[in-house]
Amino acid sequence: MNNVVEASGLRVVRGKREVLHGLDFSIRAGEVTGLLGPSGCGKTTLMRALVGVQAKVTGSLTVLGRPAGAAALRPKIGYVTQEASVYEDLTVTENLKFFTRVLGAPRSAVSDAIETVDLIDHKDQVVRDLSGGQRSRVGLAAALLGSPELLVLDEPTVGLDPVLREQLWGTFRDLATAGVGVIVSSHVMDEAERCDRLLLMRDGAFLADGSPAEIKQKASADDIEHAFLALVRGAVR
Amino acid sequence: MSLRRTLAVTGRVLAQIRRDRRTLVMLVVLPTLLMSLLWWMYEESPAPIFDRIGPALLAIFPFIVMFLVTSVTTLRERSSGTLERLLAMPLGKGDFLLGYALAFGLLAAVQSGVAVAVSVGLLGLEITGSVAMLVVVAIVDAVLGTALGLLVSAFATTEFQAVQFMPAIVVPQILLCGLLVPRDSLPSVLEAISDVLPLSYAVDAMTHLVTSTGTGDVWSDLAVVAGFVVAGLALGSATLRRRTP
Repeated sequence: MNNVVEASGLRVVRGKREVLHGLDFSIRAGEVTGLLGPSGCGKTTLMRALVGVQAKVTGSLTVLGRPAGAAALRPKIGYVTQEASVYEDLTVTENLKFFTRVLGAPRSAVSDAIETVDLIDHKDQVVRDLSGGQRSRVGLAAALLGSPELLVLDEPTVGLDPVLREQLWGTFRDLATAGVGVIVSSHVMDEAERCDRLLLMRDGAFLADGSPAEIKQKASADDIEHAFLALVRGAVR
Repeated sequence: MSLRRTLAVTGRVLAQIRRDRRTLVMLVVLPTLLMSLLWWMYEESPAPIFDRIGPALLAIFPFIVMFLVTSVTTLRERSSGTLERLLAMPLGKGDFLLGYALAFGLLAAVQSGVAVAVSVGLLGLEITGSVAMLVVVAIVDAVLGTALGLLVSAFATTEFQAVQFMPAIVVPQILLCGLLVPRDSLPSVLEAISDVLPLSYAVDAMTHLVTSTGTGDVWSDLAVVAGFVVAGLALGSATLRRRTP
């Protein structure tokens, strides 16, 4: 399987502090990779580096065969930040139409994306009037517009209704099956089982890298939460 | 840079303004109301003061309004994360800035068109030169406000700060542009300062239009203002960074 992301010795400095300490990893096309770890461990910084909006990145980081941040990559990456990052004073449809024009994607992308994130009933509502979960879904829809080859999703399921969360994980799965590389961050360990592969992260370094089953076996734990704890204790010891 | 993307930004900015009815009404009506107030103030004055300062204000109002509107809107774009999303997409910085300049330029055309029409048609502002040129100068002044507003929004982290840039950047230009004291009667240091401020040239262009039919001086003043617009947009584009800490 081909790698959509390859990193070696990836370091990021923010202010005077190094927040990512020489990471080596790869992300494969056709898989859902979970980036799991507590708040503040560097998940967002890592994702920003992938997308090419993070300053002070050193080491080697290749995305879809090019250095991260290359102009040619911009149409190929869908990125969802923790904030919705859409225009509050426009409707859902107006927002998505605008981003579609910027991306040069076909018009049909708008209605497809609205359907995927289940916002058909709210498509003509102004974003300001939507709930937090609905807003973050507008952000997700915007990231899906250009048929990206790599989807970078920073905590996309926070605060969502479990039914919808289930649906969205189904969507991520479908996209991966279609060959898209999907990387999803979460601080909720119970989402781990839905991923093909996990990168467990703590304090800017990886504790483990492997399938959920492999990680549980390695840590002799029944679930990822306990595996995480066991790995932390092991690393400290 | 692409025309499609530039126009996408323009269309989106106009859609946002259209939805914000109160802002839209104020944009179109306020300068005209202020001109009317000024006319009323000097209605019983024997000296033709309205004719002297009216043209300068036709240059100043669009400049102030667009400066404020632009600096707050772009700051919002920076803080809401939409700018980061756009810069992670295939959008050129030039598309973004020109898209904004075009949208606000269009609004300025409406705003100035109404203000000039009322001033000349109803309030009897005497103009020797061409009325159409007066509108053109007013639009360029508004775009100047947009360019400077885009630039200062990079140096503001909150909307409070952005609004404070108005007394810092706009008011000194109003004081030194020749509205209160003719520029050649200013102390020489201040005159030298006023020579490098864009609003001085904007007001000079308006004054030429009112006092003479010749357009040579107007074009050269306009060229200076346009130079400041280009410089402001170029510097503003340098402040739009795709990679941030």
